[in-house]
Amino acid sequence: MSGFAQNTFNGLVSGAFYALLALGLAVIFGMLRVVNFAHGAFYMLGAFGAYVLLSEAGVPFWAALVIMPVGLGLLGMALERAVIHRLTKLDPLYNFLLTFGLTLILQDLVKLRYGVQSSPYATPALLDGTVNFGLFDFPTYRVFILGFAVLLCVAVWWVLTRTRIGMVVRASTERPDLTRAFGIDVGRWVTPVFGFGIGLAGLAGVLAAPMRAVNPLMGTDLIIVVFAVVVIGGLGSIFGSVAAGFGIGLVQAWGEAYLSNFPIVSQTIVFVVMAGVLLWRPAGLFGREEAPA
Amino acid sequence: MTSTVDTAADASRSTPPSGLVAVAHAPGWVRYALLAVGLAVAVWLPNGLYPAVAVDILCWALFAVAVDLLLGFTGLMSFGHAAFWGASAYVTGLVAIHAGLPFPLAVLAGALAAALLAVPIGYLAVKRTGIYFAMVTLAFAQMVYYVANEWRSVTQGENGLQGVPRSFPGLDLTDDYYFYYAILPIVLLGLAAAWRIVHSPFGRVLVGIRDNPARARALGYPVHRYKLTAFVLSGFIAGLGGGLFAVGHRFVSLDVLHWTTSGKAVIVVVLGGIGTLWGGVLGAAIVVRLEDWLSFSGFEAIGLVTGGIFVLVVVLFRRGIWGSAAALARRLALRRR
Repeated sequence: MSGFAQNTFNGLVSGAFYALLALGLAVIFGMLRVVNFAHGAFYMLGAFGAYVLLSEAGVPFWAALVIMPVGLGLLGMALERAVIHRLTKLDPLYNFLLTFGLTLILQDLVKLRYGVQSSPYATPALLDGTVNFGLFDFPTYRVFILGFAVLLCVAVWWVLTRTRIGMVVRASTERPDLTRAFGIDVGRWVTPVFGFGIGLAGLAGVLAAPMRAVNPLMGTDLIIVVFAVVVIGGLGSIFGSVAAGFGIGLVQAWGEAYLSNFPIVSQTIVFVVMAGVLLWRPAGLFGREEAPA
Repeated sequence: MTSTVDTAADASRSTPPSGLVAVAHAPGWVRYALLAVGLAVAVWLPNGLYPAVAVDILCWALFAVAVDLLLGFTGLMSFGHAAFWGASAYVTGLVAIHAGLPFPLAVLAGALAAALLAVPIGYLAVKRTGIYFAMVTLAFAQMVYYVANEWRSVTQGENGLQGVPRSFPGLDLTDDYYFYYAILPIVLLGLAAAWRIVHSPFGRVLVGIRDNPARARALGYPVHRYKLTAFVLSGFIAGLGGGLFAVGHRFVSLDVLHWTTSGKAVIVVVLGGIGTLWGGVLGAAIVVRLEDWLSFSGFEAIGLVTGGIFVLVVVLFRRGIWGSAAALARRLALRRR
């Protein structure tokens, strides 16, 4: 039983990363119709930034947890203004290609400076050790990640559904023209929302630094899995993306634990789930089917 | 019901990615002249370039044309074509090593395997369109990558398949120069097949689906089945290129299945010009030559350059080389009239 609880817990923790990344992707997609391939690169930059801040300037984890998301969010906003903005009126494929190119550039810039080997990042002292909830010893840091991610998702959900800003963002996501007709400046919100999504990716990166290998390639393999996650959840649905993130984390952890004789299965299970969802509900589990044109 | 999923995205797409209205038509003599020049360059190429690079260009030309068949003429951006290129490379390599067949038969086996793999992936992927199609194909290609990585007993994992032979009865093809001329007919056949597909009634229906899927459906065309057929044909042609690539390098590594390979194929097409078919050949020549030059000069961050090309082409040069040249030629022709 404690084994099952442990696997479930670990699944939820890795699901938290999927959820945070999927949430950012979904928010950006909703507002700009852009699928940001560079999302994984920004996650990597978050982790690498935390590492560089600590090793070269002695900036602690807690400060990095604020500095990196804000800094990357601002970088994202600049990027949106500089290039992405020019392509949003065109086919979304162009921005996908653009952000793919940015990913290659960002990855190679980091590789050029720091090489491809993984860099260690110490767990902050406050979160070192374990907590016992009765079943087994949970590493404190992972408990923190899970709690933090859930809180963040709830906070974003609250902002989107219960505040005026959220109302404007949701309205401009779903019916931009109509929202504009009500005298709301939709364009004003595009850049901050993009920056916010990027900030979330950077935050996930900082959180990942103490528990995952920090290297230039850590983002991209992850982002492809997150693409599968948002196809499963339905990219148009923010709730769906988050739920699918946690769900896939669980399925992967269980697959790894109980199908450990078949390493192929545990690595590909997310894609098998995606195939099943495409057969059963092509729009994604929580995605809406659009009215026929 | 399933077919209505992405129609909103389709409707919001005001122009096809290529910006082309239909398959372009130049006057007859221009086309024959271009064909003659193209063939002459193809025959001359290994004399002007390092032959191994010329071989790579031929393989990538097939790959690019395969991707353009979907992107330019069906309106589907596959971001996972490395799955077919790479699967064929592995199957070709395995067949060549273990069965000792002449290399064209091994490549044929590889391409058929790629087409076979394209059936389930295509069947699932064509349920979505636009950006979702790109994500789904990318995800499935990554799945193929993981499988190849784990299935070490067959693929040798990260070591790759070593010693893929270039056997052909009565010919010694170890020299890249002669090997180039041995594969040139196969490549030209593949390119001609792509041209034939685009200019067939079937190809016209694909373009119709690209421009207005709802109308094509209303006219009674089974849109999903057309897309799937195009996907499988494209997988086969990409497989031809991948198989030749494996024999050309005498080695298959996991790189052939990597997502960067899929992305590179797409950028080669965009650089050459989406929906121009031969633009992809041009794009392949430029990118392969450039990468060879970069790695030869000891520049490590090739991704910096390919990524930079991506960004520049997408922001400033979306018509691509062939597309821009065609537009320019059309404008000049109009002025003369």
